[in-house]
Amino acid sequence: MNTITAPAIEYLQLAPLLIVFGAGILGVLVEAFAPRYLRRAMHIPLTLLSLAGAFALVIVQTIKGVPTKPSAMGAVAVDGPTLFIWGTILVLAFISLLLLNDEDHFVPAASAVPGSAEEERALIEGNVHTEVYPLALFAIGGMLLFPASNDLLIMFVALEVMSLPLYLLCGLARRRRLLSQESAMKYFLLGAFSSAFFLYGTALLYGYAGSVDLAKISTALSANVGQDALLFTGAALLGVGLLFKIGAAPFQAWKPDVYQGAPTPVTALMASGTLVAAFGALLRVFWVAIGELDWDWSPIMWGVAILTMVVGAILAITQTDIKRMLAYSSIAHAGFLLVGVVAIGDAKQNATALAAILFYLAVYGIASIGAFAIVTMVRDAGGEAWHLSRWAGLGKRSPKLAGLFAFFLLAFAGIPLTSGFFGKYAVFQAAVAGGAVQLVVVGVVASAVAAFFYVRVIVLMFFNDPAPDGPTVVLPSWGTASVVGFAALATVVLGVFPQPVLDLAQSAAGSLFVR
Amino acid sequence: MEPAEILSNPGGAIGVGWLMIVLPLLGAAVLLLGGRRTDKWGHYFGVLMALASFVVAALVFFQLLGFAPGERRRGVSLYEFIPGVADMGLLIDPLSVSFALLITGVGSLIHIYSIGYMSHDHDRRRFFAYLNLFVAAMLLLVLADNYVALFVGWEGVGLASYLLIGFWQFKPTAATAAKKAFVVNRVGDFGLLVAIFIMFTSFGSVAFGEVFAKAGAESQGTITAIGLLLLLGACGKSAQLPLQSWLLDAMEGPTPVSALIHAATMVTAGVYLVVRSGAAFFPGEGTASLVVTIVGVATLLAGAIIGTAKDDIKKALAGSTMSQIGYMMLAAGLGPVGYAFAIAHLISHGFFKANLFLGAGSVMHAMNDQVDMRKYGGLRKYLPITFITFFIGYLAIIGFPLLSGYFTKDGIIETTMEHNAILGWLAVVGAGITGFYMSRLVFMTFFGKARWDEGVKPHESPAVMTWPLILLAIGSVVLGAFLIVGNRLMIFLGPAVGRPEELPEFHAVSPVGLATLALVALGAAYAWLKYGRQEVPAVAPRGSVLTTFARRDLYGDALNEALFMRPGQWLTRLAVWFDNRGIDGLVNGLAAGIGGTSGRLRRIQTGYVRSYALSIFVGAAILAGAWFVVGTL
Repeated sequence: MNTITAPAIEYLQLAPLLIVFGAGILGVLVEAFAPRYLRRAMHIPLTLLSLAGAFALVIVQTIKGVPTKPSAMGAVAVDGPTLFIWGTILVLAFISLLLLNDEDHFVPAASAVPGSAEEERALIEGNVHTEVYPLALFAIGGMLLFPASNDLLIMFVALEVMSLPLYLLCGLARRRRLLSQESAMKYFLLGAFSSAFFLYGTALLYGYAGSVDLAKISTALSANVGQDALLFTGAALLGVGLLFKIGAAPFQAWKPDVYQGAPTPVTALMASGTLVAAFGALLRVFWVAIGELDWDWSPIMWGVAILTMVVGAILAITQTDIKRMLAYSSIAHAGFLLVGVVAIGDAKQNATALAAILFYLAVYGIASIGAFAIVTMVRDAGGEAWHLSRWAGLGKRSPKLAGLFAFFLLAFAGIPLTSGFFGKYAVFQAAVAGGAVQLVVVGVVASAVAAFFYVRVIVLMFFNDPAPDGPTVVLPSWGTASVVGFAALATVVLGVFPQPVLDLAQSAAGSLFVR
Repeated sequence: MEPAEILSNPGGAIGVGWLMIVLPLLGAAVLLLGGRRTDKWGHYFGVLMALASFVVAALVFFQLLGFAPGERRRGVSLYEFIPGVADMGLLIDPLSVSFALLITGVGSLIHIYSIGYMSHDHDRRRFFAYLNLFVAAMLLLVLADNYVALFVGWEGVGLASYLLIGFWQFKPTAATAAKKAFVVNRVGDFGLLVAIFIMFTSFGSVAFGEVFAKAGAESQGTITAIGLLLLLGACGKSAQLPLQSWLLDAMEGPTPVSALIHAATMVTAGVYLVVRSGAAFFPGEGTASLVVTIVGVATLLAGAIIGTAKDDIKKALAGSTMSQIGYMMLAAGLGPVGYAFAIAHLISHGFFKANLFLGAGSVMHAMNDQVDMRKYGGLRKYLPITFITFFIGYLAIIGFPLLSGYFTKDGIIETTMEHNAILGWLAVVGAGITGFYMSRLVFMTFFGKARWDEGVKPHESPAVMTWPLILLAIGSVVLGAFLIVGNRLMIFLGPAVGRPEELPEFHAVSPVGLATLALVALGAAYAWLKYGRQEVPAVAPRGSVLTTFARRDLYGDALNEALFMRPGQWLTRLAVWFDNRGIDGLVNGLAAGIGGTSGRLRRIQTGYVRSYALSIFVGAAILAGAWFVVGTL
């Protein structure tokens, strides 16, 4: 009889992951055993402390030195890029949770039929779904594992761990309930559909390489086994699953609907954390597992990047819902980031491109959380003032808020002295160095188109007269206010002094992905 | 001797040299953002910031003196925006520090003077805010270590100048003059901008160090082009021909502004630009340098001729400023041997011209803001301090022996003479005319009989105004000798701009010097005959064709209107028409096209999850198919 040896696990390297998942499990226990009135008071410190602790551990790990080989028997790779992505996701998650903390974003009784007496009763009783905290923690844990997985099966598990709580969270919006439930349903169905693609691709690649380990797949490529059909189909299907998560065209259809329906703090978490995690995973698969194949996938990625930028920028123009507009903006930005993915080359070029992408992800994530935080503050009688026309003249009524929102929009547009400028500049520069000049031209044109709809909102806010019954700006809670403040500050500072974070991204990218 | 290497930041006062710029900038910010709340103490705050900036400049200067001459060029890196492309840093070297001392020193005195001069103006705080803004921008201009930052300062002083010329914007003439200064300067700025563009494409950098290092290997054509474009910029800012027309109108601003901006500092920025870029673009030979000297001589004559015919005391002084800057330009075009004379004349001119302008301000203060010299006369008894200080400034500018102008102007004339005799003799003639118009100005103002308007009771200005006059007068006496004798300034500036191997010797008595003195004496004597001994008519006589020519600023405005303004207006109309018909059609069509595409594409987003899934499926099929196509190729 064979003896089973216990796997060697580097607990310290995986500690940030374990802390977040552990806190999630503790959160479930709190839900199960703590009295209702105490739950929130226990969840908030538990959630925030666990994220802060995980972040501290990431820093400790970075200072101690970046591991040079995968952990946990080759299943998880805690390398330079992973640590940077973890740090980014944890910061983004922390500020998203400050936003999430305002309970009135969530429905009092999720199971009640919208508009029913039951819902009314729960509202009057002041019920809250404190489950959102452990759900968010599990999603964040999944986001951390997703880009770190060095093995397609672990990656699939991470994908599901990340996605399933998000499907639920999407359906919990307090207002526009039907829209919210519809968005959750759509996200779930399409997410499951794309997961199937991912899984099928994994199976085909296993068939090709005889392993799900990214490094082994890469080795099999060099060995040139000669079952190209398996390889091409498998890689393409895997790509579909990953491109779906980042919202690249033609797999972007879910994004506007889901971003619109989900509670805004959840949208913020998805627009920042999910995007970062999914890009990390995408890079790992395309650069590590099938990096040798870049002659094959580069032209395809070109097409996808162009389509994504164009669809995102053009469709955003005719949007009337502020969250849908931001969703299309997010699609366009995913396209800009894909430009960086194409800029693969030798080790030095890869490090430049990777650093650019990492920096872009960090600054875009922060700015989009700031923008969504402001969306939560502009309210009508029925909740957030979603229709763009309601934002007319906001600059005259609350100049500070409108000014901040305008600032975030300028950062999205990539105007100099905002962080967005350097993100775009770095990515496009890397792509030019990688020989993708035509792609950068398309990117710049798409940016110009995108600038139109950003600036249109600014014009609307500052140069139009406010409606007499216009929306009110709520006094922000300390959480929301600090989120907006932090995001604005980071966007300014990284636009004026980007060097420290750029250096950090460069040193993180310098070690490249371990194999 | 070539300029020295730029060394690293040694810390200390030089390390915080940016405080020179930031302090007055802070002053401007506090006074402008603080609004009426700062009315009570705003002017003191403004003065304090200017003085503090002066203290920093002095500390930097003394620290710099502590280094060996070859180590007196220090780069202070402040901020990297895009590394290698748009960095910001300061270059602390003898040249920039000389300017910093002049700007903050004279600037502080003029700030103090303005407390008294503007005491009746209810917008005094705003005035001080703009003055502070000017000082900050001017310091940025001279301290920057690259052309882009220099350009920011360049535009900053342009803005401050605009705001201050139009400070009394309720007067239509002031508003128009401000606009005119702005527009004319734009022409020069365009030249400077294009020069910077060419530098960037040719050298890949705009930093002084790198540009100068790479300029040697560049083709002569490019160097000349850059030089001429820089000169165009310098002409705009320094009111040199053909962009001189704005300076006379700029006298609409309050007098301290005329003294600080339009005499002592801003208008000398062009000279700074030429000297700073000299090592690379104006080496004293070649087309660019030749054009600089020609522009200088032409302007020094034109300014002097204009000065002879003006009855407005400030305009006469403005003509004189043009003329004196012409001398500086002339010297700057002579190469390393001339740079030090240009800067020496610039510094001593900064003192005596500020002295003269502030003296004129003091006179106007006494005469109910009357500027027409035909309404003055006999004021020396009533304004003794103003008279004495003004008279010292007068002697300094005409080059009376042993005063500032004698040393600096004579140095320029002698050096020019060695270079090119024709230009040299023209410069001597200019000095003679200077002797005439300045004497005319003094005789009309302080001598003769009183021709005052009724109800004018002249009185000496308060101490806050006379003390700056006294200090400036002292400078007007001693600075020239201090800077020139023993080639003190030339040796000091050597590491920054280079200097000839053989230092020129100063001759107290030389044929050229004697000829100059004789012509000046002749000019002064003729002025005494016409305006000292004779009665000055209260209304200007018609005068000859030549007088009219000078009074109309040599028809500069008429020329501008005929050559540029009217064709410009036609061009504008044409451009508007073309823009409406052609470009707008294209742009709007494009926008409509994109918008229409967006509207059509939007219909794909049906909201049905089944169609989304279908699009994913089709997308996946295309992706896999494409992969096969690409992979098997």
